[in-house]
Amino acid sequence: MPTEGIQYKYKSTNLVDSEPNKFKERELRSEEMIINLGPQHPSTHGVLRLEVLMDGEVIKDVVPHLGYLHRCFEKHAESVPYNQIIPYVDRMDYVASMNSEHAYAMGVERMLGIADQLPKRVEYIRVLVAELNRIASHFIAIGTYGMDIGAFTPFFWVMRDREHILRLLEWTCGARLLYNYIWIGGLYYDIPVGFEERCSEFINYLKPKLSELETVLIENEIFVQRTANVGVLPLDLAINYGVTGPMLRASGLRFDLRKVDGYSVYPELEFTIPIGEGKKGTTGDCWDRTWVRMQEIHESVRIIEQCLERLQKEHKRTKEFDPQAFVPKKIRPAAQDFYVRAENPKGELGFFFRADGRSDIPFRCKARACSFSNLSVLPEISKGVLVADLIAIIGSIDVVMGEVDR
Amino acid sequence: MNNCSKKKNNMLEFSQLAEIVKGITSNILLDEKSTPKAVIVPSADIKKLCQELHQNPSTFFDMLSCVTGIDNGVETNTMEVVYNLYSVPFNHHLMIKVILHRENPEVDSVSTIWRSADWLEREVFDMYGIKFMGHPDLRRILMPADWEGYPLRKDFKHQEYYRDVKVEY
Repeated sequence: MPTEGIQYKYKSTNLVDSEPNKFKERELRSEEMIINLGPQHPSTHGVLRLEVLMDGEVIKDVVPHLGYLHRCFEKHAESVPYNQIIPYVDRMDYVASMNSEHAYAMGVERMLGIADQLPKRVEYIRVLVAELNRIASHFIAIGTYGMDIGAFTPFFWVMRDREHILRLLEWTCGARLLYNYIWIGGLYYDIPVGFEERCSEFINYLKPKLSELETVLIENEIFVQRTANVGVLPLDLAINYGVTGPMLRASGLRFDLRKVDGYSVYPELEFTIPIGEGKKGTTGDCWDRTWVRMQEIHESVRIIEQCLERLQKEHKRTKEFDPQAFVPKKIRPAAQDFYVRAENPKGELGFFFRADGRSDIPFRCKARACSFSNLSVLPEISKGVLVADLIAIIGSIDVVMGEVDR
Repeated sequence: MNNCSKKKNNMLEFSQLAEIVKGITSNILLDEKSTPKAVIVPSADIKKLCQELHQNPSTFFDMLSCVTGIDNGVETNTMEVVYNLYSVPFNHHLMIKVILHRENPEVDSVSTIWRSADWLEREVFDMYGIKFMGHPDLRRILMPADWEGYPLRKDFKHQEYYRDVKVEY
C-alpha cells in the first residue's frame, strides 16, 4: 500500500482525541452527563462546538470550544500590506463584509490622516452598501433563527429578499459575498449607472415584505412562546461581558456606535436606535434580540433611502468623479498604536493597529470581533435552561464563526 | 443615554485620567501618540489600577473592549499587553499598556473585574503564551490544545507534522 501522499493515517484514537473536554467524566455526579453539540450541527450556526453538562434535560454548564474556523487572520495581517488585508477582513464576518471593510478602511485612513479628505459621495456610497449588507446580515440572523425554532417558511422569504441585495452588491463590485469594494481612501468603482433607481425599486419592494415577515415570524405566537423570557441577559452583565450590538441594545441600552462615535456620514442621516423593551416578556430575552434586529432593518431602510436621495441630488454622479482619487499610492502610517471601532451588524468591530512607521505592513493588527465577545456570554445565560432553549439562545446571539475564530 | 449634554460635561480629558492613574500607581509613562491616548504602567499594578478605574465614580470604565498581545521581537526582548477601556456612561476611552519580559511573560488577570477579559486573555495566552495569573480557566482557545508553540510570536516556527498531517502545504 503506498504511503506516499497519504496525509491522514487512521488511528482508532483519532476520533476520541478531539479537543479535550473541560469536564472530566469521572468527576461527574451521578445524574450528570456531558453532551457534545456540534461542531457539525446546523443549529450551532457554523462550526461551534459546545460541551454541555446536563442534569437530565436541565443544562448546568456550557463550554464553547472554538477554533474550528481559525484561519490565522492576525498572522496573515502581519505579512501583507495594509491594502491587501482587506480581502482577509472580508472573510471574517462573511455575511457582512462591507461593514467590516468600512471599519477597517476607516481605521487605516485615520492613521494616515486622510479620513477628512474623502469626497462625500464616497462616504455616502460606503454607508449605502454597508447598510444594504447590514440588512442582508440581519436577514440571515432572523431567517436561520426562525429555522432553529422550527419556522421554515420565513427562512426562504428572507433568503429570497437577501438574494436581491446580493445581486445589487454583485452589480456594484462583481462579488456576492466577499467584496473588496471599500478601499483605503476610496472605493473600487463608482456605483453602476442605474443603481440608484434599481435600489429604490428594491426598497419599495422590500417594505411590505418586512411587515409580512414581522407578522409571520416575530409576532407569531409559537415564536413568542419559544423565545420570550428565554435567555434573559441583564444589562450590567452584558456590559461586563463586552457584549455589543443588537444584543446589548436588546438588554435596554440605547448604544449604537453610529450615533455615539458618529463616524462617516452617519451624523447627517436620520435614524433612531431601537432598544429592547420586553414587550413579550423580559427585557433582554431572545425575542427582544430578534425584534431589535427587525427594527434595525427598518432603520437601515430609512438610511438607504436618504443615501439614495443624496446620491441622486447633492452628490450626483459626475464624469470627473473618481472613487480612487484619494487612494494613497503608498500606505505607510506614522509609528503609532491605533484602536478603531465601528458598528457592525453584530456589534462593535474593533481593529488594533501598531504601525512601526518603517514599512507598509502593520507590525500588529488585531481584530476585536463582536461575535467573539457576544458568544462569551453564552455559558452565563444558558445555565438552568432546557436543551431546546439552548438552541434558541445560540441562534439569538447571531454568531458568525468566521468572525469568532478569525 | 438620554442626556447627551450631561454626558459630555462629565467626560474626562486624558490629562485628568492620567492624574487619576498617577494617584493609583507611580512610575507611569504617557503615550499621547496612540489613539486613544495611552498610559504605560508597571505590570505589577495592572489589577489594582483596573479595579480602581472600574470602581471610581468619575472614571467608571465599565467595558473592556479589547485586549491585545504584542511581541516586540527577540532583539527588544519584550512583550506587551494592551487594554482598551471604555466607559459607556461617560464616553471616554483609555488605552493601558504593560510591558513584560519575553522569557517569562506574566501579568495579573483582570477577568475578575471584567468578565469579557476571560476569553480575550485566553486568546492572548493562546497566541503569545503570556500567562495571566489568577485567570479561572487559562486554556487555549483558538488553537488545538496539543498545538506546540505560540503562533503570533515573531520567532514562531510551526511544527512539521500535526497529528501526522503535514503542516506546510
